[in-house]
Amino acid sequence: MLHIVACIKQVPDTKIIKMNPKTNTMDRSSAPAILNPYDSHAVEEAVRLRARYGGVVSVLTMGPPPAVKAIKKCIEIGADDGYMITDRAFAGADTLATSYALTKAIEKIAAIRPIDLIICGKMTIDGDTGQVGPGIARRLDIPPLTSVKKVAEVNKEEGYVIVHRKLEDGYEVIRSTLPCLFSVEKEINEVPYSSMPNVLRAARYQPHIWSVNDLPDIDRTQLGLKGSPTIVSSVWAPAKPQGGTMLEGPPPQQVQQLLDVVLQRKELFESRGGAS
Amino acid sequence: MNFDDYRGVWVFLEEKDGGIAPVSLELLGAGRQLADKRKTLLSGVLIGEGITDLAETAFEYGADQVFVYDDPIYRHYRTEAFMRAMLACVEKHKPEILLYGATSTGKDLASAVATDLPTGLTADTTQLDVEQDTGLLLASRPAFGGNIMATILCKKYRPQMATVRPKVMKALPREPGRTGTIIAESIPLKETDVRTKVLEIVRATTRRVRIDEADIIVSGGKGLGSPQGFQLIHTLAETLGAAVGASRDVVEAGWIGHHHQVGQTGVTVTPKIYFAIGISGAIQHLVGMQNSGLIIAINKDPKAPIFQSCHYGIVGDAMEIVPMLIEGFQSALGRKEEVNAGKV
Ligand SMILES: Cc1cc2nc3c(=O)[nH]c(=O)nc-3n(C[C@H](O)[C@H](O)[C@H](O)COP(=O)(O)OP(=O)(O)OC[C@H]3O[C@@H](n4cnc5c(N)ncnc54)[C@H](O)[C@@H]3O)c2cc1C
Ligand SMILES: Nc1ncnc2c1ncn2[C@@H]1O[C@H](COP(=O)(O)O)[C@@H](O)[C@H]1O
Repeated sequence: MLHIVACIKQVPDTKIIKMNPKTNTMDRSSAPAILNPYDSHAVEEAVRLRARYGGVVSVLTMGPPPAVKAIKKCIEIGADDGYMITDRAFAGADTLATSYALTKAIEKIAAIRPIDLIICGKMTIDGDTGQVGPGIARRLDIPPLTSVKKVAEVNKEEGYVIVHRKLEDGYEVIRSTLPCLFSVEKEINEVPYSSMPNVLRAARYQPHIWSVNDLPDIDRTQLGLKGSPTIVSSVWAPAKPQGGTMLEGPPPQQVQQLLDVVLQRKELFESRGGAS
Repeated sequence: MNFDDYRGVWVFLEEKDGGIAPVSLELLGAGRQLADKRKTLLSGVLIGEGITDLAETAFEYGADQVFVYDDPIYRHYRTEAFMRAMLACVEKHKPEILLYGATSTGKDLASAVATDLPTGLTADTTQLDVEQDTGLLLASRPAFGGNIMATILCKKYRPQMATVRPKVMKALPREPGRTGTIIAESIPLKETDVRTKVLEIVRATTRRVRIDEADIIVSGGKGLGSPQGFQLIHTLAETLGAAVGASRDVVEAGWIGHHHQVGQTGVTVTPKIYFAIGISGAIQHLVGMQNSGLIIAINKDPKAPIFQSCHYGIVGDAMEIVPMLIEGFQSALGRKEEVNAGKV
């Protein structure tokens, strides 16, 4: 029996977000809030491990009250339980302050039911750092395993896991002690359509909701904007590129012009065709 | 925390295939400028087994000194082992700025080190500058899916740390014979202190050209219509000896594997020639390829944003244009081969 906690976040869908060109801020109303796509794979992997080894899957999020919706989405995927920490004191947190607050919540969850494994997504599409997962692992003093693309084995009795970690040019097989934390790649699994019972359960589900006061021994100076070493000093629109030469004429003529341009770069083709 | 104690610009030197990873050399180039502006030293940190000799390479690319942790315990990258070495080095020698490549190793290490120190860490930086008098690092990066650029500061903690995207900064030209100081370091770390073990490393076996190293990349997008249509991209790439790239939508549709994805959540590339075929040119794609030498766009929509970011554009149907290109290159390059063959 494993107790697996997946950390998940609700994010604005940055693909269709509109920016206010004057202030360079997000128009949050323009973008629907979704479960961070990478985190759906974290939850799915937890659910699959539960199917393999038995146990309980909890999800945890820090965010504003509407983030309950993201927890419900995780229940649809198959999570058993949802926890949310929400409080003005958390607002404006960078990755260091986020990992601190989440760690405090994880400690409280662990007091209810000891935790074997924590799974995070590779990164969020709004924060986009991938730093929160390893941050939590360090704070809990458990091994962080990033870029996990396959879980080969979880052995609770003997206290180890074996995973495949993606590298730039292949992968490595790693054995780590348990408990530990994974940050998972998208390719680790595919999230299937939710089953009807899960969807129905999600509709009724109410997560556990905690504020700062519910978290024991919390150091408020480490929370939110105050507890964040990094600050955003300015934002600006990326430089608008100039555009290049549009080739004219009927297609064969355009293609010929393009061939001329490319073939001018002789050096690129010199190693071809037996220049030895 | 007394900021005056923190001096110098450091680069984590990642080992790759027995040498220093290209991104680390790029960071030495960027770090050199920061160090010169602050009139301070540029240092590298090398951690590994039998890697002391690599310090020479770092000197030739701009480092003044290199801290070396050379021990069998560092044979493979492992977060806990490398983190202990880096933490010890930072605590002992106190850098003002510490940069890592935004590779899986660099990001993993930096996240752990930042939490333990603690200090701020800016991820996936694409622009770096420093305030000459205060030493404040100005680390800028795309944010919110590339919709904006943001400059991130870390005012109250030292060192200031950032991971930096590969292929964005420029390495200095190699200066053979340039030397520096090697500072051998070690910490009392036992195998039993490290809770992970690397059991096996499996290298990708494909002999195909990798996109982060290719001189020419032919990239295809959703405009190819289907996996069959996308075959044209493979054929053109083969003809040119090029690597195949793709937009995220193509990868998500399953037409090609993840490691071909170019862009913000894929690979950043700077080939000499980049073909963008049937790719609309979303900002998240552009940030991954806009520094390429020669960008050629083919798209049937004259208003596609990719045309704002290319050197040469053809408005037309890829299904018509690409076969003509393939034929054109085949006969041009084929002819060249015959000529060469004739000379032998
Ligand atoms: C957080 C985040 C991260 C992202 N990261 C990445 C990333 O790393 N890389 C990436 O690429 N995207 C990324 N995206 C997605 C990006 O926003 C775009 O959705 C994606 O790049 C679009 O892919 P596309 O150009 O292939 O498809 P489309 O936008 O659908 O464009 C297809 C183009 O093909 C043209 N076309 C159609 N038929 C033909 C034809 N017969 N001949 C020629 N042209 C034709 C059309 O005119 C159109 O311009 C990210 C998005 C988000 C939100
Ligand atoms: N506010 C949050 N609540 C819960 N989990 C989070 C939160 N922010 C980040 N995470 C987790 O940390 C991972 C990396 O996030 P990031 O460092 O923001 O890219 C995400 O995929 C989540 O698993």
